[in-house]
Amino acid sequence: MSKIVRTGANLLYPFILIFGLYVIMHGHLTPGGGFQGGAVVATAVALVIVAYSFEEVTAMIKKVGMKARESIGLLLFIGAGIAALAIGAPFFSNFLANSGLLFGQVVPSGPNPGDLNTAGVIPIMNLAVGIEVWGGLAVILLYMLSGITKEGS
Amino acid sequence: MMEMAIHSLVIAGLIASALMVFYFRDLLAATLAAGFFSFLISVEFYILQAPDVAISQAAIGAGLTTAIFIIAIRATARYEGEHP
Repeated sequence: MSKIVRTGANLLYPFILIFGLYVIMHGHLTPGGGFQGGAVVATAVALVIVAYSFEEVTAMIKKVGMKARESIGLLLFIGAGIAALAIGAPFFSNFLANSGLLFGQVVPSGPNPGDLNTAGVIPIMNLAVGIEVWGGLAVILLYMLSGITKEGS
Repeated sequence: MMEMAIHSLVIAGLIASALMVFYFRDLLAATLAAGFFSFLISVEFYILQAPDVAISQAAIGAGLTTAIFIIAIRATARYEGEHP
């Protein structure tokens, strides 16, 4: 694509990435969550894929890394479930809520802007789903790109 | 009253952009019109107080689907009826 598109993509890429990670991390407080944030982050990958040629894209974004993200997200999600089982609680039970550990603050009562450090296992699962959707949608786009270059273009 | 006006404006834009997708012979322009349709329908979801659905519609519909169509157009013909 043209130089204007490339410069715009270079400028927008970090901001889209940060906004997607913000939607993922604030999934238990504001609208959005793992899937929505992951889709926003995958849009940044799509922007790079549209703006640059095939060789530059494959040098910048590795398919192996995206597949690893997909697997790490799934393992983190199922690990959060198994960890509750290991502690003696039922599968996927929220053992971190109100415990004072990671994401374990007690939710204040009354109208308040919201505390990020609450809700127990839910932010961890949002993070897992976000990483998984990022990797999965990026792999779909990369396979789409590698399918067309065999024809030449 | 104000909300009703914005609502009708968005729906008129939806119909206009859907007709543009149908009439354009340039497939890149038709793809961008489809992306604009997706953006307008995400605004409509936000007006109907479903911000969750609006975020996923804006990311999947306006972002990823448009990108996939642009990749496909890059590999094939740009104008309708043309053979690659």
